[in-house]
Amino acid sequence: MKRIAMMVIASLALFAATAVDVVAVTPTSGDWTMPAGNYASTRYSRLDQINRDNVSRLRTEFTFSTGVDRGQEAAPIVVGDTMYIVAPFPNTVFALDLSRPGAPLKWKYQPNPEAAAQGVACCDVVNRGAVYWQGKLIFNTLDGNTVALDAAKGRLLWKTKLGNINKGETITMAPLVVKGKVLVGNAGGEFGVRGWIAALDAGSGKLAWKAYNTGPDADVLIGPAFKPFYASDRGKDLGVHTWPPEAWKIGGGTVWGWISYDPKLNLIFHGTGNPGPWNADQRPGDNKWTAGMFARDPDTGAARWFVGFAPHDLFDYDAVNESLLLDFPVRGGGKRAVIVRPERNGFIYVLDRRTGQVLSADPFTPVNSILRIDLKTGRPIYNPDKQPRNGRVTRGICPASPGAKDWNPSAFSSRTGLVYIPHINLCMDWLSGEVNYIAGTPYVGAEARMYAAPGRSRGELLAWDPVHRRAAWKVDEDLPLWSGALATAGDVVFYGTMDGWFKAVDARTGKGLWKFQTGSGIIGQPVSYRGPDGRQYVAVLSGVGGWAGAIVVGKLDMRDNTAGGGLANAVRDLPAKTQPGGTLHVFALPAH
Amino acid sequence: MCSPCRRIERRAGFALAALLALAAVGCERERREYASKGPPTTPPGAVRVGTLQPGTPLPTPSEPRGRHFEGNAYHVNQGQQLYKWFNCTGCHANGGGAIGPALMDAQWRYGGSIEQIHASIMQGRPNGMPSFAGKIPDDQVWQIAAYVRTMSGNAPKYVAGGGRQGMAVAPPLSRVPRLKPKTTESSQ
Repeated sequence: MKRIAMMVIASLALFAATAVDVVAVTPTSGDWTMPAGNYASTRYSRLDQINRDNVSRLRTEFTFSTGVDRGQEAAPIVVGDTMYIVAPFPNTVFALDLSRPGAPLKWKYQPNPEAAAQGVACCDVVNRGAVYWQGKLIFNTLDGNTVALDAAKGRLLWKTKLGNINKGETITMAPLVVKGKVLVGNAGGEFGVRGWIAALDAGSGKLAWKAYNTGPDADVLIGPAFKPFYASDRGKDLGVHTWPPEAWKIGGGTVWGWISYDPKLNLIFHGTGNPGPWNADQRPGDNKWTAGMFARDPDTGAARWFVGFAPHDLFDYDAVNESLLLDFPVRGGGKRAVIVRPERNGFIYVLDRRTGQVLSADPFTPVNSILRIDLKTGRPIYNPDKQPRNGRVTRGICPASPGAKDWNPSAFSSRTGLVYIPHINLCMDWLSGEVNYIAGTPYVGAEARMYAAPGRSRGELLAWDPVHRRAAWKVDEDLPLWSGALATAGDVVFYGTMDGWFKAVDARTGKGLWKFQTGSGIIGQPVSYRGPDGRQYVAVLSGVGGWAGAIVVGKLDMRDNTAGGGLANAVRDLPAKTQPGGTLHVFALPAH
Repeated sequence: MCSPCRRIERRAGFALAALLALAAVGCERERREYASKGPPTTPPGAVRVGTLQPGTPLPTPSEPRGRHFEGNAYHVNQGQQLYKWFNCTGCHANGGGAIGPALMDAQWRYGGSIEQIHASIMQGRPNGMPSFAGKIPDDQVWQIAAYVRTMSGNAPKYVAGGGRQGMAVAPPLSRVPRLKPKTTESSQ
């Protein structure tokens, strides 16, 4: 690892020559208005008061309890002198006054979602955050509503019901607002829902467009503008014909992850979740348009291109991860507008933003389920030895269902040219079996038991050089890494661990600089902002949970090693290492 | 007759009686009922979910139906199959829990008797347990409830199967240690 770090330092000069730019500028105001920080999803803060040299003096400024001890996956949002946080179910929103000592509560809003929604939330009752847009705070509730509040007073402006829990639909993602449209997608890929992404008018909450990710072209908003790069994505109504009859109606392809936006190309980029059921034998075909990603026109929803990361997905490799929009030279050529995606299937993709062409795809964890990504077709070549069959246990599949990396987002620093990827190294045994579709109940048809990839730590913070397509350095974490990452202009990278440590490492070498024990596992998204007093702050929610933390908050019984979708088996030691919690921690350097 | 013979005869008599008794239990254990023949269902209202009763607790009416189902290997075995077919596995795994709580431990939010489990499946529960009344035939709900009881060792050992479906390597159902149900508040 040290040698790798040295190599990076040696090649820094090279980086300067191949300057990596971010498409959308990070706001310079010091606000953090959306979970990803900016439309390019780089989670990069331009603030540099806190830097490599002084970060060791970081101390707690204030804390705040969300009152819920379930998994805290949300990113705090900061605008001016107010911070907004959304708690897990029951999704209470808190506004904190940053201009006063201790950041007292300004207002809170209780959306009162249906309690029964908890029964159709696959992986803890999480919420990934709110978004601020022109005086409004907009967020989703677990029971399938999108809600807009007056950010100043916490008054309800509009509420639009989009999901139906009786069909197994929930909403856990953070909305993104693009050109006055609130983009929202459903969750429920383990319940045989039909995945969609919708755009609501930010002013009124009225539906502007809705695109399904399975079914006829008209529903998917595939029209004449749809020009996928690869031949296998061309043809009429592939969202119907790549499924057994009618199966597309219960075929998944949800949108519970991240959306990026390129203002120059006027395109949004969003992934699609796993097909349903997990048991692939029940759905012969490519199962379009699941487990891939779309580029769409934000004004109309019209699809422009699609690329599949796991056609006929075998292992629940949802393609919902973040798309980092970067510009850099590819293969010795000129600078290109690309997307970097650390994908759940174990490969880091570099895609052409305009066309969806796969420019490269390199494994970043031990992968044996896929032999390689064929750049001619854009498709993964599955390993026949790991192909599951009904009634037969297939062993040693890597990566496991949560992939090389689940939802927790990466960060990118234009100063170092590195992508900081918080991820996991797990493998699994898998058993498929026939499953019946019963609306509102799990539609899975597979059991798994997971464990650490041989010889690897369960978690890893990987610094990846996307230009040279190689690892710069990595930090091994014993427990799976389930928090997001944050990169700052002070050349510090922040992330949290499942046993409650909030850590700062050197963005250039990965060297540990500072850590603080928050009392409960961290699976949230760190952010940085400039407070009303002009100082730089770093904020993160602590509170274990999510799929990886279900063993703690769900009190799973580990005599059953298929509990919690089999992921609990990989973290049997977690209940002894952390307790449930739900606290916001905000840090800064001493004022004087 | 010589006394040894008589002794043998007496022994044979004991053995026969024991065999007959075993056979009788065995018949009951393995008797297959394809149509509902169990005792009538307890009238609604008899099953309490809570343990607190104001003042002196009233006796819980006896419930022959529950005992009937959980004392029969065929019903338990059917229950195991139905548990999978009705997607109970998706939420409760092979008893260890996932979206829903574990069923193989001692903790029961809404009570762990077969009547209470039957009621939870039929009525649903506010924090996410779906209501299956009208969706699964009553007898089959009893069978599922009987199987669920075996997960925590609370059905008679002689009805629990030796094997398990799926990949779980938890002990065979017949060897699961009995965990006396406690109605406890969960953090969920």
